[in-house]
Amino acid sequence: MDTSSTQTAAAAQPRGSLTPELRLKLYRKMYECRVLEKRAYDLFMQNMIKGTSHLALGQEAVAAGFGMAMRSDDYTYCTYRGHNHTFVRGVPMSKILGELMGTTAGLMRGKGGSMHLTSVEHGAMGSYAIIGAHLCIATGAAWSAQYRGTEQAAVCFFGDGTTNIGAFHEALNLAVVWKLPVVFVCENNLYMEYTAIHEVTAVEHPAADRASAYGLESVLIDGNDVDVVYKTALRALDVARRGGGPSLIEAKTYRHGGHSRADPGKYRPDEEVKEWLAKDPIPMYRERLLELDIPIAELEKIEEETNVLIDEAVEIAKSAPPPDLSLAESDVWADGGSAWRN
Amino acid sequence: MAQLTYRDAVAAGIAQEMRRDTSVVMIGEDIAAAGGVFKTTVGLLDEFGDKRVRDTPISEQAILGATMGAAMTGLRPIAEIMFSDFFAVCWDFVANEISKTRYMTDGQVNLPLVIKSGNGGGARFGAQHSQAVENWAMAIPGIKVVAPSMPGDVKGMMAAAIRDPDPVLFFESKSLYATKGEVPEGEHVVELGKAAVLKSGTDVTICALALMVPRALKAAEILEKEHGISATVIDVRSLVPLDTQTILAETEKTGRLVTVEENPRLCGWGAEIASIVAEEMFWSLDGPIVRVTTPHIPLAAADNLEDAQLPSPARIIDQVRRLVD
Repeated sequence: MDTSSTQTAAAAQPRGSLTPELRLKLYRKMYECRVLEKRAYDLFMQNMIKGTSHLALGQEAVAAGFGMAMRSDDYTYCTYRGHNHTFVRGVPMSKILGELMGTTAGLMRGKGGSMHLTSVEHGAMGSYAIIGAHLCIATGAAWSAQYRGTEQAAVCFFGDGTTNIGAFHEALNLAVVWKLPVVFVCENNLYMEYTAIHEVTAVEHPAADRASAYGLESVLIDGNDVDVVYKTALRALDVARRGGGPSLIEAKTYRHGGHSRADPGKYRPDEEVKEWLAKDPIPMYRERLLELDIPIAELEKIEEETNVLIDEAVEIAKSAPPPDLSLAESDVWADGGSAWRN
Repeated sequence: MAQLTYRDAVAAGIAQEMRRDTSVVMIGEDIAAAGGVFKTTVGLLDEFGDKRVRDTPISEQAILGATMGAAMTGLRPIAEIMFSDFFAVCWDFVANEISKTRYMTDGQVNLPLVIKSGNGGGARFGAQHSQAVENWAMAIPGIKVVAPSMPGDVKGMMAAAIRDPDPVLFFESKSLYATKGEVPEGEHVVELGKAAVLKSGTDVTICALALMVPRALKAAEILEKEHGISATVIDVRSLVPLDTQTILAETEKTGRLVTVEENPRLCGWGAEIASIVAEEMFWSLDGPIVRVTTPHIPLAAADNLEDAQLPSPARIIDQVRRLVD
């Protein structure tokens, strides 16, 4: 992803101004996320990807909006539902699919898997699979940025279910007390896992309604509107860089599928699913761009290019050899090895 | 050489490294303005300022998470978990995050951090503020675990832990904080992963850690004077990495091994050492390997109860005599 040119383009316009060029980039990012995860799903069905996967089909606007708003040296912390958050930082599709398939084409050559995608060179500082922890870890990265005076920000994505675990509250409190440059982004997809979030949460808006407990502004946005996400992200990142401290954003969205590979999501009322499928962020944005007189050919070009890209990525990921057995005992320690005795 | 207390040696080790490297920072509950509840960080705030030495809320998850996040983005942070029993409320960060991230990311993430913690019994704090939990940590691949017994080692091993590129859990023995010992005044670094042979003998080799080291030394002195038994005493100092070469070599010389562990019986570090020695030099042994431990019970608060629970010189002497006689 060419973040620097995005920043330049944005800087030349009034703050948060959405030029056609930028909008096309947002569309491309969302479309690429969708195609990437749909293909990941297909590969699961063909048993070419093992273990589990947590897809974010339907939630692409959050990852894409933030990804485009972030500076290339900002830090991303995400969850096991983190394929898109990692991808939008500029990681090639083949490296994500390779990791899912457990081949040497993968980001971590098969040592991490779907739930732990990490690409430090892209600022994707990890996908964390134990709920809550990474809010505290992102807080630490923000503390480090503040200490080093770099004006970097950390962005931490998590689900609605996370708002009910202690680490959420510990991280928010410390981030506010130390005025740290961290943006907490709750993707409220209405379900913690299999249980509706409203059944297990004391407040209606699991993140936004908790903001006041930490002296933060309550921010509740349409997480399926990539323009809104992008503008909100830009504003929060700006506050963080200027020393204004953390933000907590609740982006309301919906996952089209179940919690994970094992979950068909049957607990959701048909009407609800229908209603949210109609609010799918990608066709919605496509329509908006057409209304704004962006030529359909431009959109079709993005779609065709992405379809070629994904086929190439699958080929690279698939044809790479499995990891050498020596990797099983590598990199426990900084010396590359795993020795615990002499 | 200066005479320093164990607690002052902690601060001396940290200060030495903070002077040398501005990426070294420290956080914890009451560690800055108050100098730590055990007074192991006195003077650090004054010398290094509130950007580098910061008080935190009572939020152990935030403390360890922040430490991890800072370490993976260029700092060398030190965190204090006040009592090691409190690791139970932030164990996710030790067991799942800090220990596994380098491995899972194929070496992309560096975590040069130190978590220091007051550990162990003898201070009448009762069952939730007295545990020796080094075994919890030792069971998890990916973290180094050290527990010095003497002020000189405290300073030198703290310095080495801070310089180490891997995460280190640094256990301080609460009951040793007031003890004094010689500490080199200039730059002092003691390599991690090396046991120290404190006394050489011919009849039995005693391996001890932290608070158990002075007790083992006391027992060895009495064994020699009153019972004519000559004991080697090893301060294990570092559980991960474990200096098995020293332990094997010293056991080879005496033919007998006794471990003295503060932890409750099951899965103590002595069991791992016993297993290694039995597997690798069984035919050089003149008797069974004996473990002296706290029984498999929580610790009590009353003087006489806690004293009866923790291994004492008298219990060590008794066990050694049964083995040797």
